Amino acid sequence: MSKNLKFVQGNEACAEAALYAGLDFYAGYPITPSSEITETLAYRLPQIGGKFIQMEDEIASLCAIIGASLTGRKVMTATSGPGFSLMQEALGYAIMAEIPCVIVDVQRGGPSTGLPTHGSQGDVCQARWGTHGDHAVIALTASNHQDIFSITVEAFNLAEIFRTPVILLFDEVTAHMRERLVIPQPGEIPLVERLKTSVREGVDYHPYLPREDGRLPMSDFGGVHRYNVTGLFHDMWGFPSSEPGAVHGLLHHLVDKIENRADQLAHYREYYIEDAEQLLVSYGSAARSARHIVEDRRLHGERLGLLELQTLWPFPDGIVREKCAHAKSVVVVEQNMGQVMQAVKLAVENPDKVFLANRIDGVFITPSDIINILRLIQGKGV
Amino acid sequence: MAIKDYLRERFFPHLWCPGCGHGMVLNGLLRAIEKLGLSKNEIVMVSGIGCSSRITGYVDFHTLHTIHGRALAFATGVKIARPELNLIVPMGDGDALAIGGNHFIHAARRNIDITAIVMNNRIYGMTGGQFSPLSGENISATTAPFLTIDPSFDVVELAKAAGATFVARTTTYHIQQMTDIIRQAILHKGFSVVEVLSQCPTYFGRKNKIGEAADMVAYFKENTTPMGSKAKQENPYLLERGIFVQEEKPEYCSLYEKVVQKAMKGQ
Repeated sequence: MSKNLKFVQGNEACAEAALYAGLDFYAGYPITPSSEITETLAYRLPQIGGKFIQMEDEIASLCAIIGASLTGRKVMTATSGPGFSLMQEALGYAIMAEIPCVIVDVQRGGPSTGLPTHGSQGDVCQARWGTHGDHAVIALTASNHQDIFSITVEAFNLAEIFRTPVILLFDEVTAHMRERLVIPQPGEIPLVERLKTSVREGVDYHPYLPREDGRLPMSDFGGVHRYNVTGLFHDMWGFPSSEPGAVHGLLHHLVDKIENRADQLAHYREYYIEDAEQLLVSYGSAARSARHIVEDRRLHGERLGLLELQTLWPFPDGIVREKCAHAKSVVVVEQNMGQVMQAVKLAVENPDKVFLANRIDGVFITPSDIINILRLIQGKGV
Repeated sequence: MAIKDYLRERFFPHLWCPGCGHGMVLNGLLRAIEKLGLSKNEIVMVSGIGCSSRITGYVDFHTLHTIHGRALAFATGVKIARPELNLIVPMGDGDALAIGGNHFIHAARRNIDITAIVMNNRIYGMTGGQFSPLSGENISATTAPFLTIDPSFDVVELAKAAGATFVARTTTYHIQQMTDIIRQAILHKGFSVVEVLSQCPTYFGRKNKIGEAADMVAYFKENTTPMGSKAKQENPYLLERGIFVQEEKPEYCSLYEKVVQKAMKGQ
């Protein structure tokens, strides 16, 4: 059997993908259901000379990886709801200071301590708006281990390209489920390395002056360019500035660099969309049941389709609008009270045709749950 | 290198109030660095939020001005990633020991090679004069109009108990001693804590009728004494200055290197 073929948990798939992407610094704090990511990397990172530290809490973990990223390393931390809540201030800092980093939130039932060992998708809107102030974020998800692998590598790539934290929103079900994973060969998935400045020593370097293509070349801490990094609004040298022009320009830069590229950032999968009368929109573990039901109903001649989102933020409005255009009804399948459904309603031409098929009791939404809800929507009763 | 070569002069005048002690700490810190002959590229200064934390803006090192209380967590990441760099973390008393108390004790416990400087003026200055965990009892502050009832931490005892391997205290009056202590703290391989009693005439002094900046500095002179002095035996209320702990213990990044060696052998 190939060494690259594995039977692993989703958390292990994520950790393996991070190593594939070039992760060489990880800080974390134990929390269910994400701990296997931290445990896997505690074992694997020292073996390749990488750095691992168990910090005193989750916000310290995020702070530590931000510091390490500034020295040129590829960095990640992983947590779950309560830890993700604790991280929010540092997440805003990483957005403002434009620090490449990857944050995994393996979602569990909330609010508060909630359901530590049960699946949920209740942190979708927290990922978008959890930290204060206007901002943009990139948040990705996946429904199976092969996709967890590729989307995790993509998270590292996007963090480098956009100089921003990228959030991976997995959930307890995929995180703890074991399934087949094929580790791609080196080079099979392209990797984006840190863009470093070509400005020579002694020449004025502007860490916060975007190039024409919008990217900002970095200089490692400890290198020849000494500059300031701050969470305050700042000028192109990184020094605090409350000059209205600088504030306006920076906020627009932070939001526009992501929001204006929503289509380019959109990762999704589609199944039987072309002639679908009823279109399911789903993501993460819920998309597994949604896909099952679509395949099953097609055998019965029902024109059901599925749009599986992998990019949740920036929300792919254009793609969702286009894919939903011809469906008579759109049913969002998710394990929360309609967090993505709200975004779908805003995206489509006719929000009245958007319905929710959900489950919020900690029990994984099954194909029969979905079929019952579809029958209700169709007026057929259960 | 001349002291002014360590400064980003275009940001002067600084934002500290007239009479503030923080500029004196900056003075002592830069003189210590000058004596050590460190190059600017090998120093990373990390700070949190508060009056004291603005110090990073004025020095020409790699500077990381972060969020309230978490400077040591950021510094830990930088240090583990690049152990050859010198990490200096100036913090205010509230920054270091209220919101940042957890990171403070854990950095000390790990004995990671970072120099923490607690600029203790016993008040939150930037937010307008609220009491801090180092204010102590019977202090007037905007959040203690009827005087404080909260006891204070003793930074030296706390750092010792948490495992710091270099622990010292000095004041803005004792600038020569401050320079020498900070120099030794930076040289020390492990977590070093230097508490510098600093004055906030704007809030602490005015609210507590201690007088002007000069009176506050004179207070440090009159109410402190070298460690183990005869004066301390005669007057137990005097606060001791000096180096209380200076010991060799395995440093965190060196220990981590051993973990890497062990893990690689098992391959």
